[in-house]
Amino acid sequence: MSRLVYLDNNATTCVAPEVRDAMLPFLTDLWGNPSSMHAFGGRVMRHVEEAREKVAALIHADPSEIIFTSCGTESNNAAIYGVAEILGPQARLITSRVEHPAVLGPCRHFREHGHTLIELPVDGVGQVDLAALREALFGGQCLVSLMWANNETGTIFPIDEIAALVKSVGGVIHTDAVQAVGKVPLDVRRTPVDLLSLSGHKLHAPKGIGALYVRRGTRLKTYMIGGHQEHGRRGGTENVPAIVGLGQAAELAAASLAGEAARVAPLRDRLESGLLATCPDARVNGDPRHRLPNTLNISFEFIEGEAILYHLSDLGICASSGSACSSGSLEPSHVIRAMGVPFTAVHGSIRFSLSRYTTAADIDTVLEHVPRVVAKLRALSPFVTT
Amino acid sequence: MWDYTDQVMDHFRNPRNVGKIEHPDGVGTVGALACGDALTLMFKLGPDGRIAEVKFQTFGCASAIASSSVLTEMVIGKTVEEAGRITNKQIADALGGLPDQKMHCSVMGREALEAAIHNYRTGETGMRNLDERIVCTCFGVSENEILRITRENGLSSVDEVVNFCKAGGGCGMCRNEIQKLVDGVIAERTQAKTAPGDAPRKLTNLQKIKLIEEIITREIRPALQRDHGDVELVDISGDRVTIAFRGMCAGCHASETTRHSLIEAKLRECVAPEITVVEESRS
Repeated sequence: MSRLVYLDNNATTCVAPEVRDAMLPFLTDLWGNPSSMHAFGGRVMRHVEEAREKVAALIHADPSEIIFTSCGTESNNAAIYGVAEILGPQARLITSRVEHPAVLGPCRHFREHGHTLIELPVDGVGQVDLAALREALFGGQCLVSLMWANNETGTIFPIDEIAALVKSVGGVIHTDAVQAVGKVPLDVRRTPVDLLSLSGHKLHAPKGIGALYVRRGTRLKTYMIGGHQEHGRRGGTENVPAIVGLGQAAELAAASLAGEAARVAPLRDRLESGLLATCPDARVNGDPRHRLPNTLNISFEFIEGEAILYHLSDLGICASSGSACSSGSLEPSHVIRAMGVPFTAVHGSIRFSLSRYTTAADIDTVLEHVPRVVAKLRALSPFVTT
Repeated sequence: MWDYTDQVMDHFRNPRNVGKIEHPDGVGTVGALACGDALTLMFKLGPDGRIAEVKFQTFGCASAIASSSVLTEMVIGKTVEEAGRITNKQIADALGGLPDQKMHCSVMGREALEAAIHNYRTGETGMRNLDERIVCTCFGVSENEILRITRENGLSSVDEVVNFCKAGGGCGMCRNEIQKLVDGVIAERTQAKTAPGDAPRKLTNLQKIKLIEEIITREIRPALQRDHGDVELVDISGDRVTIAFRGMCAGCHASETTRHSLIEAKLRECVAPEITVVEESRS
């Protein structure tokens, strides 16, 4: 296989060398339990709290507002379960049709148990319908869970406006910011969300660590009952190496946020314009004006995504697809379908997602190979007549 | 990634007989863009009445392309009648097997071949009788197709039907109806086995061995493999079947129950009531 070109960073990122180095002492010498009543454990606890400060700093929160979790999915579940249980079955849940399953799943769970659930539609570029949100907000107590940025298309929701709307009617607002954290600036002092989910392995920390921001004063039912860890808000011995790694990753992301976005976006744009120029019948999915700097979702019409991915994989190129066949599902991506992408294109969507380690040479490699793969598969397709 | 066999990946990477034939004798198209896969298959007969040339075009995943490709190799040199007897299981077997969720790709191949043969025989391009009742509106699957696929592949659950023809895999509204159709086929099977007055068909030794192998491969091993276990057929002597447990089944405290209640009971039900199953180490 040729050199690995990894453009699937919205799925997961590599662990940054600085993160790995920061974690190593906690896998070797500093293995104490941070809850222990001795100096060895106390020393470890200080590193956990340092990490909390770094994560809080990345989103401009207070460290006391950060709960460490195991991943973004746990953070989303904790936010929705924790608030929905407090509000009770008379409260409405409002979300969108393009959320991650870690949000849609718990919301639909509560619908089955008596809550009213409203799933807001999106337009052709994946933007949530704010008129529908305004309408949905009337009618009493509600929890709104809307993502900051979409994992498949990179479309960024107007979270400032959404949060202000929700707060104006006294609702509770949670945002799944797993894809946004570390890629675009987030400031919870300016954006009045009550809860915010993030995940370590999307920003060069290891898998198995996440965090939930809970604005001070937000009522949240404890969802994991056990010890007194995380000030009693999440029982369970802390995953110290991963927490330290997340702290280091957050610090790196904060330091490089503006510069990286300015470097990665032009690479993504070159990939996009290059593919559109060399592959006929291709179309970009997502909001061109409000999109993560690292994400390109592009559909190659009349061919199927899994087949594209396997050929790219043979060439050492890692990407992902919203096609049904790649997922084991029979329905293609619910995100792409919700956007009304035509059937000619919906099965052939490919997501390229870049990171701080993506180089111009990586983009050149993709630009060299993708047109050949597309042409090869189109030669097989009964829907291509020319 | 899917756990595809080397044969699947070979046919996917190097598909055979891609393209179109000028003035084919038979052409069939099944599937649709909306469904995520489609196949056009065409053939031309040689002077000896056998299929001399076959081409395909497929829109679909790696296993759809591989199923189409291997099918073209299977039909070359066959008469139309012989080709018409190819089953979706034979297509999947020729690829060394397909993941359960991808079995519908082999069904698509079989249906395209059937449509092409229908076109050859009648000149008609459509296979479906417009009077057929559609059960799954998401994927346009008719009652007759569901019944046929369930019967031919020995299916016994809605999830299996989804894997083989997609019916029920969309909105899910038709799953109850599919369950009733599956239940009906299961009742047919039971009735066929217990029909009064029907003397049980006497199997030859060769037929019995083949049937035992088939039941173990198709029904017993997948059930054990789901729990990370497995079984190997060691020997058949008359009605005595010797097996060896593998994987988690080897040394499992419940292996005796598995041997008796699952394997022996199934073989007695499907092959002959006299069968006894013993473990290799105890034989």
